[in-house]
This record gives sequence, C-alpha cells and structure tokens, in this order.
Amino acid sequence: MGGQLFKNFSFLSATLAFFMLVGIFSVLFNLAQESLYTFGFDFLYTEIWEPGEDDEGGIFGGYIPVVGTLLSTLIAMILATPIAMGIAIFLTEIAPDKIVKPFGVAIELLAAIPSIIYGMWGLFYFAPIVQSIFGGNGVGLLTAGIVLAIMVIPFMAAITRDSMNTTPDVLKESAYAIGATKFEVIKDVVMPYSKGGIIGSIILSLGRALGETMAVAFLIGSVMSIPNKITDPTTSIPVLLANNFAEAQDLELSSMYYLALILFVVSFSVIALAKFYFLGRKKH
Amino acid sequence: MNRLVLNKIVMILSTISAFIGLGFLFWILITLSYKGIASIHLSTFTKDLVEGGIRNLLVGQFTMALIATVIAVPLGVLAGIYLREYGHGSKFASVTRTLSDVMTSAPSIVIGVFVFALMVDPVGSFNGWAGIVALAIMMIPIIIGTTDNMLALVPQELREAGIALGGSKHKIIVQIVLKAAKVGVTTGILLSFARIIGETAPLLFTSANNQFFTMDLSDQFPSLTVSIYNLATYPDAESRELAWAASFILTMIVLLINLLGRYFTRNKH
Repeated sequence: MGGQLFKNFSFLSATLAFFMLVGIFSVLFNLAQESLYTFGFDFLYTEIWEPGEDDEGGIFGGYIPVVGTLLSTLIAMILATPIAMGIAIFLTEIAPDKIVKPFGVAIELLAAIPSIIYGMWGLFYFAPIVQSIFGGNGVGLLTAGIVLAIMVIPFMAAITRDSMNTTPDVLKESAYAIGATKFEVIKDVVMPYSKGGIIGSIILSLGRALGETMAVAFLIGSVMSIPNKITDPTTSIPVLLANNFAEAQDLELSSMYYLALILFVVSFSVIALAKFYFLGRKKH
Repeated sequence: MNRLVLNKIVMILSTISAFIGLGFLFWILITLSYKGIASIHLSTFTKDLVEGGIRNLLVGQFTMALIATVIAVPLGVLAGIYLREYGHGSKFASVTRTLSDVMTSAPSIVIGVFVFALMVDPVGSFNGWAGIVALAIMMIPIIIGTTDNMLALVPQELREAGIALGGSKHKIIVQIVLKAAKVGVTTGILLSFARIIGETAPLLFTSANNQFFTMDLSDQFPSLTVSIYNLATYPDAESRELAWAASFILTMIVLLINLLGRYFTRNKH
C-alpha cells in the first residue's frame, strides 16, 4: 500500500542522520587504528611529525596542530563573545524598529559569506594590518584568531538575539516600571532569562570555530611549529588535513585519520553539549 | 559609578559592536567588489581555467551542487516529514532530531576525509561523485532541520480537516501539510544550496579540481572554490586576479540566493 511505503521511506531517510554519524565515526576510527596502536595517547603530547626513511614508519604526533586549533579558537572566542553580545543587545533592546530588520539581515549575510572568501580577504587585506600593528609575518595565530572571530560573530549574535527575544515583555516592563535602566533590565532580567541560550550560542560557536578550515588555512601560516608569540605562524588540525591529507601514505595517513577523529569527537561533543544541554529544541 | 552613566556606556558599547559587525560586512564586500570587478573580463566566463578563465569551474561547481541537491532534497524532506508527522513525540524522533542538528555543525573537512576513505581511496582517484556525496552529506541535515521546523508551523486544524474528509495519512501529509509548508521548505532548500555552493573543505580531496572542461563525474572535477584556494597561493599576479574575480562571483551568487530566500519568506514569522 502506498501509505505504508511512504512511511517506510520516510523512516529510512530519518535513520540517515544516525548512520552518517556512526559511519563517520567508525570509518575514521578504523583507519586511525595503525596510528592509534603505534602512538596511543602519547600522540597528543608528541611534537614531532616526521615520516621515516623511504616512507617506512616515522614518528607522528598531534601536539602542534591540537595546540594551534585550541589557541586560534580561544583567541576567536575572547574577541567574538563581547562583540556578539553587544550586537544582540543592540538588536533586541536599543535599535529602533526600522533599523532592526535591515541590520539583522546584514549580520546574517555576513554569516552566509563562504569561509574561503574570509580567507582571501584576510590574507590580502587584514594580515598586512595585523602585521603593521603587532609585527610578525602577517600570517599567524593572531590573524587566524581575529578572522575566525569575525566569522563566528554573526552566528553567535543571531542565536543570542533569538534567545534574548524570548524574554516576555511583561518581565521587562515590570523592571522598567520600578525605574530600572536599560542596562539593568538587560543584566537582571533579560540575561538571567536567556542564560541557557546565551551560553549555548557561545559553546556552539566554539564548536564551529574548532572545525573551521578554509579561512584558517589562508591565515595561520601552516607551519609545523609551536608558536612562541601570538603572532607566530603554526597550524591547526583542519589546516593540516586540508594541505597534507591527500599526499599522506601509510602511517602518516593513519595519523591524519587519527587527527580527523580527534577533531570530529571533540567538535561533536561540544556541539552536542550546546544543543542538548543549553539550547534544547524549540518546543512547538 | 552612577547607574545612568553605566547604562549610557553599555548602550554605546553595544551600538559600537553592531557597527563593527556591519563595518566588516561592508569592508569585505567593498574590497571584494573593487578587486573582483577590476579582474573580470568577458574571457573570464568564456575560457576554462587552463586558459585563464572560470567557465569550467562555474559549470563544475554548479553541477556538483545541483546533483547533491537532487540527492539530498528527497531524503532530507522525507526525514523531516517522518520526524514531524509520524515519529513526533517518540524517543527515536527526538534523538534523531538532535543528531541531525549536531551534524549541521560538523566540521566540513571531516566529511571530506570520510568521503575520501569511502569513495576516493578505493578507486584510486579523485572523482566528481565523491564531491557530490560530500556536499549531499552536508546538505541533508540542514534540509531535515528546516523541513521539520516548517511542518511544525502548519496548524493542527489543517491536518484534522484532512482526517475529517477521510484522507489517508500520507495523502494528508503530501496534499495538505506539505503544500501549506511549501514556501518554508523551498526556502530551506534554497538556503542550504547557498551554503554548499560555497563549500571548499569537503571538495579538497573528493572532487579535487580540474583545469579542463569536463562532465565526466568519474574523473577529477572542476571546482570554483578549490581553484580559488589554489590560485590565491600562486605568486603570479594573473592567478591572483582570477582568484579575486572568482571570489567576487561566488560571493554574489551566495548572497543573491540568500536574499532570494529571505524575499520568499518576507511575510512569514
């Protein structure tokens, strides 16, 4: 019967999300085996990434890309959070109705620009500015972190704004009625009411920033070395994968899968934490 | 500190933040237009990459994104229908919903690695189909999410009216519910298309790139975004100019599709 068939097809499609996740995890885990057995968890503390003679063996450690990923994300979050909060406050509490719509659209368009464009722009226009202010080569941790921040700001601002908007007007009006200033209403009414959504938006943006590839690939310098200064070039997991994955062989390839697995598990956990715990799903 | 002064300071800082965001949008768009328009010639559109144009790249990028859409739309919409119309309220639906939601933010480079392992490594060469599958994997969770949300906006009374008329469940879904949510679902598809047309990371080692015009999906396939990445890092001025031209065209396409989606839903919500 058509109805049953339709239902079954829908059900099968719905299981896809599950199979994609399990599929990605098991394929990565499986192909990372060789590296997992050879290096175990020491992989995370090893700074060396060196193929052996004639491509046999070699030593591979993920310390540098892991640190690079964490540091560039950290810089991005420190810069993005206050600005994104400011934008959300501006859009929900300050801007006159006429401005809110076009402003909101503009911020969302900023989020729609492909990441490779941020990379191009960052490399040719932003890196020289960073270089003239902070020194260094132009490309490095700081430049990657700043451009990463510009990329996650609209995303973070949009979610924060949505959750701030859920604050009932009655609550805000009561606070205004007893003489609270706008800032006090935001601090003592809106923020506590939308706390979950705000923390969720920050964590979700963190998850996004961890896995961001193309913009960072242009800007972080792609060098396998520990940064001593904030302007030093280094690399990150997605960038190392983007540049070297296709040429890797044997144990090196397996180590690349290991890195991809680490990235997948970490960003999955971070995003799942944000979605499950803080954001929930809007109940309809 | 005086609380009124503090209030003023916070308001000013918030307004400044908003203008910083807007400033970056215009800064990027202006430099992109300035560099891009100057680098576009008629030959940009009529020649292939090997001769210094992007014809094959545009065709390649759209071919992969369109086929990915053809694969992802039925699967995503059906899954969204299941979650909202059949499984709603069940444990399975709520877990699937969250997993699919998490997938929308999964690192795209990891999806590229996954598809490389499945479709490139076994056959020994990059191919267009692998690029298509990687894009479809990115697209499906987005479509599941928007379909699910849009169906949720359809008033329950419409479904009840359908039941009262004696319609079977799948007829009600297809002829009433889906019809009522048509605009929203289509917009979701449009926006997810805008998202994948600009993706680079999932294509790097799936379709890779091709300098020549080809429609053979079992071969390395031309990609606009992968080419931008390659061209930008070449030292010669011509390659860079072409990268700017390609970036400008790509951004215009993505922003236009986004604005189109917004225009369709302008009266909703």
